Amino acid sequence: MTDLAVRAGGQAGDGIASIGETISRCFSRMGWHVFGLNAYQSVIRGGHVWFQARTSDGRPYSQGDEADVLYALDKQTVSVHAPSLRRGGTIVYDPEKFAVPESELPVGVKALGVPTLEFARKYTSQSILQNAAGMGASAFLAGIPLDLLHEVLRDSFGKKTGDVVDWNLGASTAGYEFAQAHGGASDRAISKRGAPKLLMNGNAAIALGAAAAGCKFLAQYPMTPASSIMHWMAAHSQALGVVVKQAEDELAAINMAIGASFGGVRAMTATSGGGFSLMVEALGMAGMTETPLVVVESQRSGPSTGLPTKTEQGDLNLMLGAGQGEFPRAILAPSHPAEAYRATIRAFELAEAWQTPILVASDLHLSENMATVDRDELPTDLTVPSLFTVEPNGHEYKRYRYTDSGVSPRAFPGQPGLQFVAGSDEHDEKGHLVSDVKSGIPIWVAERARMMEKRMKKLEGIAAQAPPPAWEGPADADLTFVAWGSTIGAIRDAMPILAARGRTTNLLHFPTVYPIDADRARAEFAKAKRTLLVEANYSGQFGHLLRAETGVYLSERLLKYDGEPFYPHEIVARALEVLPHGG
Amino acid sequence: MADSAVRPVISTTGPALPVIGKSDTRPTWCPGCGDFGVVAAVEGALKRLQIPPQNVVIVSGIGCSSNLPHFLSSYGFHAIHGRCLPVAEGIRWANHGLTVVGTGGDGDGFGIGAGHFVHAMRRNVDLTYVTMDNQIYGLTTGQASPTSTMGQKTKSTPTGVIERPIDPIALALASGATYVARGFSGDVKQLTDLVAGGLQHHGFSFVDVFSPCVTYNKLNTFDFFRQRVYKLESAGHDPSDPVAAWQRSLEWGDKIPIGLFYRTERPTYEDLEEVLAAGPLAHQPAGLRGHESVLNEFV
Repeated sequence: MTDLAVRAGGQAGDGIASIGETISRCFSRMGWHVFGLNAYQSVIRGGHVWFQARTSDGRPYSQGDEADVLYALDKQTVSVHAPSLRRGGTIVYDPEKFAVPESELPVGVKALGVPTLEFARKYTSQSILQNAAGMGASAFLAGIPLDLLHEVLRDSFGKKTGDVVDWNLGASTAGYEFAQAHGGASDRAISKRGAPKLLMNGNAAIALGAAAAGCKFLAQYPMTPASSIMHWMAAHSQALGVVVKQAEDELAAINMAIGASFGGVRAMTATSGGGFSLMVEALGMAGMTETPLVVVESQRSGPSTGLPTKTEQGDLNLMLGAGQGEFPRAILAPSHPAEAYRATIRAFELAEAWQTPILVASDLHLSENMATVDRDELPTDLTVPSLFTVEPNGHEYKRYRYTDSGVSPRAFPGQPGLQFVAGSDEHDEKGHLVSDVKSGIPIWVAERARMMEKRMKKLEGIAAQAPPPAWEGPADADLTFVAWGSTIGAIRDAMPILAARGRTTNLLHFPTVYPIDADRARAEFAKAKRTLLVEANYSGQFGHLLRAETGVYLSERLLKYDGEPFYPHEIVARALEVLPHGG
Repeated sequence: MADSAVRPVISTTGPALPVIGKSDTRPTWCPGCGDFGVVAAVEGALKRLQIPPQNVVIVSGIGCSSNLPHFLSSYGFHAIHGRCLPVAEGIRWANHGLTVVGTGGDGDGFGIGAGHFVHAMRRNVDLTYVTMDNQIYGLTTGQASPTSTMGQKTKSTPTGVIERPIDPIALALASGATYVARGFSGDVKQLTDLVAGGLQHHGFSFVDVFSPCVTYNKLNTFDFFRQRVYKLESAGHDPSDPVAAWQRSLEWGDKIPIGLFYRTERPTYEDLEEVLAAGPLAHQPAGLRGHESVLNEFV
């Protein structure tokens, strides 16, 4: 079984992410599935950053635990990452910058000194060109053909031609040929095996999914790790006909999106936990005015400013409880870009069908890291139905008419004879306030209760239509992992490792974190011999929710709140503790 | 395929009102409230310009004056406190064929919503924002507002306000509003002209209205203003002169100007947002059909 990873490390500003992206793209063009982890800090220059481009026979769902090639741009990278190298692995470095003494090498790992700066100086005094030489050497060791590396490098410069492109190709060739002459390829090196795959991060998949679902308006305020949703959409705004508004703050962003939705378009906003905290009041307004809205909440480590460039699943309680009072909502939690694309489409469908806010819970690990997707996993031929379906029929139009489902026909400004006022105050079927002179009068007391019931009954409909809990792995496993969102990736990669050790595990995951169909969830839990809850937060927030909704208490837990994503070996280690010995 | 396009289904057989009128909801303001004059002026201006009620959206935040959308027969959005303008902007960008009017009070617009006020003006969004400025928080029963007078005693400032009031006219001029006016709800005729001028103006129109609170503000009463206001149009003011507008905005005391301070033309946000050149967003096609090539960048 092939499992191959190239890791590059250095300081912020060294161009580590573009090295990682180039190697990842070479793998994906060779027809291999990829997971690319971009580990960075909240600095623009300096610090320590690294990227892991991993491919495997199956589909890698996480960064994995080990690497085969380590391209170290500084000495710190060697000391931090050499222990992660597999036997047979190689460290690529430039002896002109620092030495890698034999004594520092793990057993079975060799160091390949490549004169990257010297190769670069043949073309320019700009030292950044050393990366091309280092990439060339790393690509050779990983089995990437030189012409493919050249093709990817050329494409990364877009329409740009001239010296810079030629220098990069030349330096990469020099590095490649040096490794060929002095190194010998990794014994895990791969070769082309199929049609190219699409390489994208979760945020690009979310933006694409929104466009596919018919989103015409995105309002957002910059905040890591949600910002690149806005970047992608802004870059394609004119081609796709989507208005992208960078608002003055998150308060404005969500209120603009609500206004746009009321005005007749599908609308979205996206943010991280800090910005979502500011959106909380308006989220309730979308619920109260029954205005469809999609909100992407890409979590990062909190509380407060927390760790801005690190991941966490700590905002579930916030998403569940955001907004005063009660109103229907759903929280969808994709774990991979392919799922993020579909979950975003689903969020738009649910928001529109149930006229209420729908949240897409992402996190830094999903939003910013890259994975490959097959073209057929991204359906782009969706029919986007017209929103303008209500016509005057001679009867009095009631925007908030009582119905069995709780959903009332929705008119839009511009349509004659259907005028109404959407109110954040409690209102009657026509939208008239019952909050001032009517409140407390017995018939209006009853009206208020009925209007609450109208709105809240939508939750049943949402629960019936939202993606149900899903199983992966063998049915009769000794241990069932329970998880949501991006942590599923490391679990998917841990299960075959456990299987290779003769331990059967499976996964019960919740693409819809809320609402939960309690009967169905209980029935699923009844199929598990023993469970292990895995969440990236301190208190096991999803465990609390499951207990509250279903009465099921998951006592065995693996919780992580250090800002780092889960690694498969951590899942394996905890699973082995929970599994019966010798079982 | 046609079904990928979002197109309005407009019926001409519905019970459309030819011109805007009152809704079936009566205002709940205190007898004598200044806001009665403002709703009359907004209704009068929309009627004068013959804008059909289905093409009008009146947006508000929270406060006594923010109940206004309920009292006219147009579409309305009665939003949360301070968020009138971002909701109004979103509506404009979804369908810039609509006439969008923002309404609200001084607390809503210059306190909790002050950030949005400044940004909407610098964007020159084509909407008309009418503030019923009574220099007090009325609905919460009489606390100081951002425009309360220095020294004024209120429930929250029993020894007197110690903050300088915001000057909404000067703030609007500094922020880039392209139509800046002040009215007085004691003069509905002039106020109607000012609102109608704002509705006709291509760009962000701001009409700040002295709209006395007869219950909680015993200082800034109808009489207070009647004794002090004078009309800019009668004083030879040139509204195309930004320096003169600035000077007039600073006048306060025995003589307080009302009327049109400043008017200029510059492209609106909608003019400059290239996506909107293809027509109202709500009427444009949506989805990825025909745009599948965007996936190529991921190969």
